[in-house]
Amino acid sequence: MAKYKTKGLDCWQRAKELRVKYYQDYAEAHDRGALRWEGGAWMFDAVPQSLEGEIHVLTEEPYGASVGANPKLQVRYQEAAEGKWGCARDLCAYLRNYWGSILLNEYAFGGEWPKSDFIFQNHICCSHAKWLQVADEIAGGDIPFFCFDVGVGAYDKIGERQIRYVVDQLHDGIEFLEKHTGRKFSDEKLIQNVKNTYDSCCYWAKTCELNQAVPAPLDEKTMFSLYVLGCLEKSNPDFAHFYKYELYPEVKDRVANQIAAVANEQCRVITDTQPPWGFLRVYRYLEQYGVVAVANLYTNSLIGWWTHDDKGNLVPYPTLEEQGITIKDRDHALWLLVEGELKGKLEWAQFYGAKYKNYFVTKIARQWKCDAAIIHLNRGCEGTAQHQMEMKIALQNMGLPVLTFEGNMADEREFDEARTYRLIDLFVRETLGLKKVTD
Amino acid sequence: MIVAGIDVGGKNVHIVITKNGDILAKAGAPSGINKAEAAEKVYDEALKQAGLTRKDVRRVVATGSSGQRVAFANGVIPDAAADARGVIRLIPSARTVIDVGAEEGRAIKISPEGKVLDFAINEKCAAGTGTFVDTMARALEISVEEMAKISLQSTKSIPMNAQCAVFGESEVVSLIHQKTPKQDIARAVHDAIAGRIGSVARIVGLENDVVIVGGVAKNTGFVESLKRDLGVEVKVPNDPDFVGALGAAAAAAAGVLGEEVKARVVEKETIEEGK
Repeated sequence: MAKYKTKGLDCWQRAKELRVKYYQDYAEAHDRGALRWEGGAWMFDAVPQSLEGEIHVLTEEPYGASVGANPKLQVRYQEAAEGKWGCARDLCAYLRNYWGSILLNEYAFGGEWPKSDFIFQNHICCSHAKWLQVADEIAGGDIPFFCFDVGVGAYDKIGERQIRYVVDQLHDGIEFLEKHTGRKFSDEKLIQNVKNTYDSCCYWAKTCELNQAVPAPLDEKTMFSLYVLGCLEKSNPDFAHFYKYELYPEVKDRVANQIAAVANEQCRVITDTQPPWGFLRVYRYLEQYGVVAVANLYTNSLIGWWTHDDKGNLVPYPTLEEQGITIKDRDHALWLLVEGELKGKLEWAQFYGAKYKNYFVTKIARQWKCDAAIIHLNRGCEGTAQHQMEMKIALQNMGLPVLTFEGNMADEREFDEARTYRLIDLFVRETLGLKKVTD
Repeated sequence: MIVAGIDVGGKNVHIVITKNGDILAKAGAPSGINKAEAAEKVYDEALKQAGLTRKDVRRVVATGSSGQRVAFANGVIPDAAADARGVIRLIPSARTVIDVGAEEGRAIKISPEGKVLDFAINEKCAAGTGTFVDTMARALEISVEEMAKISLQSTKSIPMNAQCAVFGESEVVSLIHQKTPKQDIARAVHDAIAGRIGSVARIVGLENDVVIVGGVAKNTGFVESLKRDLGVEVKVPNDPDFVGALGAAAAAAAGVLGEEVKARVVEKETIEEGK
């Protein structure tokens, strides 16, 4: 008999519809006289989205992940990037999927590659700015390109100078936007977009915080499909509404009513980095043992914003309403946007050394009541794979058994599914001492 | 109680039959392409040795990369779990187990009870495996046994690539063309594998006693190289290639059947893009 009640999310279908509409809107933008631009999931999309008129964005990483989850497209795109452009296989797997898609002139969601009107990007890792620079070259080399620097330090190093440095670049970016699109920039839209961004990021963190409950109301496989909206466009009013008024209240209700993601939850694990997107069934395999992935620095904070409470615990970053802030003008809006992103998004931390990553993952493991850790040694992303073995030691030092398995988030040629199941069997049965629910 | 453990690896099948913990019979043979058939044959040979029939054996537990192919087994346990159980039975003071087989090299940290506490595996690379040794012996045009023997005569250390079997082989060919003595090349090969396996072992941490098992543990040249690399004494049990089968037999005796024998049934789900 099942230990807990379980049921699917009522808002699941809504999340899927929003995502489909996003990709469709991007493809059809020019038919409606709308603009389209390319950027990254870490981009401060509230800024370009504040140009007057209709405008749509395509973010690189979720697109690369979508291709990664599609076995029919993935290898073709990877091989196009390798064969037609000479990409090495140790480059970012998302990037290779993205370039392959342009090289084949195919949009993964149907039709030809929808060329953008401009690129607005920040340089978060060694691949990001180059990624779209080359994408532009492949697409013809005539796309206006703006890139800004965000390498100003980890969350605890962010002060007024660091924020001002990024804000000033965004002011320059607004000039770039007006010059290259011929459209006016709307401060009114910017203020609303910053509010939306706060709602998306703070309410996703609040939703993740609810997963500290036992049983966990959400499993990570489901969370992957939910956080993606924030990676697509944090400032999108429909997405912000979804996080604030649909997902969060429903998950809160699940906690109140002890509705579990996995009916036989008996072991909670923290994971790391992006998963191998084409093999998310690995998570379902774990569930046969009652093992539930409940948290991950990446999943919690790729879009989620966090801060510390008086006791040093991680808590969701306060919304603008909770802070009692009314945005005054353009500079104030940009300031709040940059401050929230740089201070609240813990995912930046891993770029600044193992000590930051270890600090956060051990904290998450404690607060989310994890019994073990499963680390995907992700060959597809140099950035998020940094410090993974140091992290393993840090988790083991706090007493958590740790399984590592090799793979690649978006290149299935580097993932050995059968061997991964063997490793899971060994780890769960022998090290954790658990049996399958069906045994 | 009579039980059997069977280890179906990438290259060989090993079977151990025990009665109340005492070994009654051991048998081994190449696993070949049809591993299920090879397992049946080796099982029959072991039964014959022990003067038993299949009905006399209460339980059979399989292990190894093709353990799931053993239709007559009652269950399958992971190879590292079998190693841990087998080693602790032979060398109770063992805390670190290194297993180098034909297709995989792994290091396992174990508890005094033979429980797997941590493990690391040399993934997706032939360079830290028995297959690498076989390939290099072929390149040298000598047997693996001869290669082990002559490498012990070498006093010279030649660094070579241990990251890739393909590049490794090409390096061996270059050394042959440079007229490097075979014993020095043999040692270079063993040192290279030892370096690879040593780094895997250091992931779990070395705690004495360190024990090496698996087919490659019979290669004395490699064991010497591994000792040099690790800087610790390394114990080798008798018949190190049978330890996995012995561990599986120990699991059978303890009633630990592990996974049901069947083709993997993995949830068939429609992979939705981006999900």
